[in-house]
Parts: sequence; C-alpha cells; structure tokens
Amino acid sequence: MNLSNGMGSMSTASSSGAWKSADVVSDQFPAGLRVLVVDDDPTCLMILEKMLRTCLYEVTKCNRAEIALKLLRENKNGFDIVISDVHMPDMDGFKLLECVGLEMDLPVIMMSADDGKSVVMKGVTHGACDYLIKPVRIEALKNIWQHVVRKKKNEWKEVEQSGSVEEGDRQPKPSEDADYSSSANEGTWKNSKRRKDEEEEADERDDSSTLKKPRVVWSVELHQQFVGAVNQLGIDKAVPKKILELMNVPGLTRENVASHLQKYRLYLRRLSGVSQHPSNLNNSFLSPQEASFGAMSSLNGLDLQTLAVTGQLPAQSLATLQAGLGRSTAKSGMPMPLVDQRNLFSFENPKLRFAEGQQHLSSSKPMNLLHGIPTNMEAKQLANLHQSAQSLGGVNMQVNAHGVQNSALLMQMSQPQSRGQILNETSGTHVPRLSSSIGQPILSNGIPSGVLGRNGIADNGRGAGYNPVQQNSSMLNFPLNNSSELPGNNFTLGSTPGMSSLTSKGAFPEDVNCEIKRSGFGASYDIFNELHHHKSNDWDLQNVGLTFDASQHTNTMHGSLDSSVLVHQGFSSSQRSAQSRNPSTVGKAMFSIGEGTHHVNVQNNGQHLNSLIVDNTVRVKAERVPDASSQTSFFHEQFGQEDLMSALLKQQQEGIGATENEFDFDGYSLDNIPV
Amino acid sequence: MEVGQMQRQWVDYTKSLFLEGFLDGQFLQLQQLQDESNPDFVVEVVSLFFEDSEKLLNDLTRALEQPSVDFKRVDAHVHQFKGSSSSIGAQRVKNACIAFRNFCEEQNTEGCIRCVQQVKQEYYLVKNKLETLFAMEQQIVAAGGSIPILELSF
Repeated sequence: MNLSNGMGSMSTASSSGAWKSADVVSDQFPAGLRVLVVDDDPTCLMILEKMLRTCLYEVTKCNRAEIALKLLRENKNGFDIVISDVHMPDMDGFKLLECVGLEMDLPVIMMSADDGKSVVMKGVTHGACDYLIKPVRIEALKNIWQHVVRKKKNEWKEVEQSGSVEEGDRQPKPSEDADYSSSANEGTWKNSKRRKDEEEEADERDDSSTLKKPRVVWSVELHQQFVGAVNQLGIDKAVPKKILELMNVPGLTRENVASHLQKYRLYLRRLSGVSQHPSNLNNSFLSPQEASFGAMSSLNGLDLQTLAVTGQLPAQSLATLQAGLGRSTAKSGMPMPLVDQRNLFSFENPKLRFAEGQQHLSSSKPMNLLHGIPTNMEAKQLANLHQSAQSLGGVNMQVNAHGVQNSALLMQMSQPQSRGQILNETSGTHVPRLSSSIGQPILSNGIPSGVLGRNGIADNGRGAGYNPVQQNSSMLNFPLNNSSELPGNNFTLGSTPGMSSLTSKGAFPEDVNCEIKRSGFGASYDIFNELHHHKSNDWDLQNVGLTFDASQHTNTMHGSLDSSVLVHQGFSSSQRSAQSRNPSTVGKAMFSIGEGTHHVNVQNNGQHLNSLIVDNTVRVKAERVPDASSQTSFFHEQFGQEDLMSALLKQQQEGIGATENEFDFDGYSLDNIPV
Repeated sequence: MEVGQMQRQWVDYTKSLFLEGFLDGQFLQLQQLQDESNPDFVVEVVSLFFEDSEKLLNDLTRALEQPSVDFKRVDAHVHQFKGSSSSIGAQRVKNACIAFRNFCEEQNTEGCIRCVQQVKQEYYLVKNKLETLFAMEQQIVAAGGSIPILELSF
C-alpha cells in the first residue's frame, strides 16, 4: 500500500499533531479509517458497524442524517469517509451527500436496497463516490479506503497541477499539522503523499510533494461569502480569482476556491438540471484549451446552443449537438475553443453542462464529454473509459484547479436495455445517440474531486453486482438533452439534473478522473452507443466502443477547433441487435482523449474516422487507457449508421449555419463513414 | 442427547434452512462476523431484526387499512423491510417484499393486502426457524459444546 504510513496512525492519532510525517508510517492502513455510517434501519446499522469494525475501521454510527451532519460539523476532520443510506425518513440521503460534499468534502458512499438505475445514477450525479446495494457484504466494505486515498490523491494532483505556488514551499511538518486547518487526516495524507512523492521523485510531484495544502473547511459562513461573491460576479463570470478577491479571506487560495466552485457548480447544475433534464446533459467538455480542445470546455454547462454560437464551437459540433437535439439555434456565446463536433456528440440535446465558467474552461482542461450521446457503454467501454479516465485523472485535478466546472460530464449510460428505447428515439432525432449505457469516462470535476476511476471498486466484490467496469470507466457526462427521445430511464441523462447521466448502474466513478488535461488534451471518447442490450450485464461494453484515440490529435481539426475531441458518433449497430439499431444508433462519438498532442483531428479524421468507424465489430473494451499519457483508447463501436450520420451532419449544417469549414465536416463527410 | 448429536442436528437443521431458501448467503456473512469478542452477534442482530420487523409490519398493515391507501408510504415501509430482511439473509421474506413492491407500484390495494399477508407469513416462518436454531445453539453451549462452523458454500 502506498500510503502505508498514513492510516495506521489515524486510529491512534488524536489530532493531526499525532501524525508525524516520518515516524508514523504504519502499515496498518487502512486500519483506523474513520467511518461514519448513517442508516435509519437499526438492523443494517448494527451489521454494518460490525462489518466495519471487522475491517479494523473506526466506526461511528448514527441513525439520523441530521445527527450525522452535526457530528461532521462539530468534528470537521474527524472522519475520513461517510456511508449513508439513501432512503431515510428525516432527510434524503442525497441531500446529505450534497451537504457533506460541499461542506466537508469527504467521500460519501451511498447504499440502498434499491438498485434501480435511476437511483444509482442519482448517486453518481450527486457526487457519491460509490454506491452499494444492500445487503452489503463485508468484501464491499473492505475496500472503501480507496475512496479516501483517491480523493486525497486528486487533491494533491490538483494542487500540483494548478501550479499552486502558495503551498509550494510549505514543508509539511507533522507538528505543523495541528496548525493547519486540515484535518489530521489531511495531514496524514499529505504527509504520506509527500513522503511517497519524495520517494518517487516523480514528475510533477517533485515540488508539490512538499506541498502541504491545508484543507480548507468550508464553513457555513465561508460558503456564504463564497456564494455572495459568486452571485455578485454572476455565475457565468465567476472565476476563482475574482471570487477569491471578493471574498478576501486570508489564507484562502485560488485553488481552494476553484475546487469549491466546481462542486458548487455541480450542485447548481444538479438543481437546475432537474428541470432540464431532457435537454441537458450534453455537456461536452473539451479539454481545455490549450489548444486542443478548447471548445468543449466552454461547453461547460453551457447549452450547446450557446456553445455553438460561438464561433469556437465548430458549427458542426454544434450542429450535431443541436441538430440532433433538434435545436437549431446555435448559441454563440460559448467560447468553445474547439468545439469539435466530434467532441460533441451529437446528442439529442446537447447541453452544456456547465454554463459558466467558460472562461474557466478555456483555461482549464476541459474534458471532452460526450454529450448526450446515448451510448451504451458497456462495461467494457466503461472500463476503457475508465482507463482513459484514469489517465485523464489528472484532468480532473486540473480542471479543478482551474475551476473548471466539471468538464467531465457524467455520461451515465443507462442500461443497455434501455437502449432499445433509445434506439427508437434516436430515429427521430437523427442524432446519433449513444445509447445510454455508455460508461463514459467521467470527466467530471464537479463530482467530488475524488472522482477517480475506480478500478478497485469494481473488484471489490461489491456484491452489488456492479460491474466493475463501471467504476473504472470514466464517466463522461454528457448532458443529454434529448429527453424526448430518450426515455428517461434510458438515459439517465435526462433524469439527472445537469448531468447527462447515462449511468451505468452502480456508482459511477465519479472518481474517474479523466486526466484529460494532460496537456490540454482533448479527450475524445469514442463512444458508441450500444444500443444493443447487453443486457445482463450492464457493463457489457462490448457494444460500446469507447475509443480514446490518443493518437488522434490534431488540434487543427477544424479551423477553430483545437479539437482534441473528436466525437465520432458511433452507432452501435448491428451487433446486437438490431435493426432497430439503425435509427438509433448514435453516431459513434469518438472521444479521443489525448494528452497534449493527442487530439483527434477531425479533419484528418475523415479518413481516420473511417477507419475508426469502420469497425463494426463491437469492440470490447479492451482498450484501456494505458496510462495517463496515452489516454486515447479507442472504442469503436460499430459504426454504422450512415443515415444517422448524414442526418446528423445535415442537421449540423442547418443548425449551425454554417461554418462548415470550421467543422471541417467536409473532411468528415458522410461518405467517409462506412455504413 | 449428547453434545455431538446436538451439534450434528444443528448442522443439519441449518443446512436445511439454506436449502429450503429461508436463509441465504448473507446469513453466513453474519455468522462469520461472530467471534469471541462478539459471541452473540448473530442472535443480537436477528433479535433486533425481529423487533424492528414487528413495528414495520404493524405500520404496513395499518397503512393498508386506511380508506385511502398511501402507496408511497407503503412502498417505503416495504423497501425498508426488504433492506433489513436481506441484510440478515432472510431470503424468502426479501423475495416476498420484492413482489410486494410491484403491487405497490401498480397501486393495487388488493394485491398489496395479499402481499402483506404473504410477507407476514414468511416472516413468522423464518422467525420460528431461527428461534429454533438459536434454542439449539443454547442447548449445545449449555451442554458444554461449541457451535460448529458452517462450511456451506454458495
């Protein structure tokens, strides 16, 4: 265990001071992990407590959400992780989840006897780092520590990547821990991390390894100040820097604000997204800027239209997105750097998730999220995505750093079964839809920064029957707007506020961090929706071909697009099913997540696409993103709906009005697409 | 009856409960959690379950007796019951709850009433079985023996 030094001492440490960086390296981790369990069912509570104690965790149980919050507030750094039931009489579990996420920023695991897709999706969109189905088995609990680690890891990365200089030279000292507002936990983690880093000497960690960023506790007052500042600036214009200035809180760093902003946005999005459900979820987040993506980032939260409007958004992409969605208005407001159409899956209703923060986006690494592409990502895809997401993991951090709203749109794919429905729907829209069950990499920063691809979870015998893949797959959040088209259940997108959630059941990895941003990469996820039902296995990614095409980058995809994100609409065709697929198959959306250079060049893609698309076979997601650097894994899904594509393209053209050249659709002509 | 015999009886009885579907793998998990530090864990949990269930079943019955049935409430109760019964491994009860929920969704009062009966029946059955099992365990312990470790694999 990497963090061997940390947790072991946790149990003994009464305060952060107890943590000595060097001397408490303990191999006991994760023993001593401080868990708070909340469940109104006394039987379950007792069983859970016993199980957790057997895992050598420190357990505190309570049967009311309010009591839990009280405990958490009084003891800010007293817990490492929270496990909560969904259905509770006094407060909805999701509400609790949000509060904890906003205020304390702890990883939260949801549980329920309810394994319905929508509920699980809700968990994902609300930022739960995992979702356990009752009855919970001890194996599932054994590995919950990974969420804690992951979160810390991400925070570290975030700090690093954001280039935070503030913390730069802080030498975390054990004795200083107490001084920090960070919890002992935090200190522990940082220390362990630091140590680890020092050992590794790794890459970016080098200077940040000594960084010890005290954890900022977002108290109610602080949060109110924050909200005040945001409102003053206007939610769209609220940039961490300005917020920081307005708040004028000593000791608060831009990064703190940025990550909090991200969560806040996610929260808002969720709130507002509920209504827009049908339409939203098409957030395609393109990796930031820098060159490559760009466009997508601006998509954050912005309606596609908005995005489309801006020249940046490639007309095509917009068109695709909108067209598919039936929106023909291209909004320009979004500075979408490169909105590659590809990047934007032509989801029915692409909706940019995060409306604000375009500017953030540009600076941050937007993740390309396939919007609304109903893709059935089978587990494989998810896994693939996950892989990429993992590599992209950095993105998450980065995004956070930049305060990018979760560029990662959670694309939660609904179960494959739903695909059938989607299929039907898509026919209407011509928008390539990724069938719901696509597990797209989640580039959601919003999701508690701890979003990490969870490899481990899957393996943990959750017993929930979650397909591991799910967790691994990074989820791309695609706001799917096509509510009309896609049955709600199919896409969780519709249902999840602000999040295009095509979730595959189970907790979607919010933790999937797509390190999309490695260097401004464009994450291109090639998401093929798997309209087929995979059925038994939600995660059967076979159909879904998420391909991360690392290699495809070409920033110059479109004139204006950096494009890293190439969204190919893949239609999962035939493979399974069907016929019905045709209409529904959503164009294969290819998201290529490429770091830096890996940008899918749409233009070039004409051919490239062909090659990509041609693949009719369902790609089992075996492609895993090898590592951060290579994030691109391609998922090919059967591609094949020519008609869809053409419809898509057409729509784009109409919708966008044109800047064909921008989209370079020419290159992406239909005929290139093998049907 | 000597201890060895009692123990064998216990093993057979336990196995039968699994084979007949009264209990499932989750119950085994509970047994595995029981150790020296917590020698009565299973009994404690199950007792808690019984207590809680009585209340729940009462609430459920009452809710269904209302002139205008609040299905949401009924469903919430059933959901809860499903959760707790599955947590201790009471498989048949859990299954009855699952069926019950379907009727709730359909807002079928008649169906729900029938289901409540079903659920209650299963509950009392398993309660009875478990109480018998625990009595056997007590006898074994009283006779100086120890409860055998089950090696059932599912």
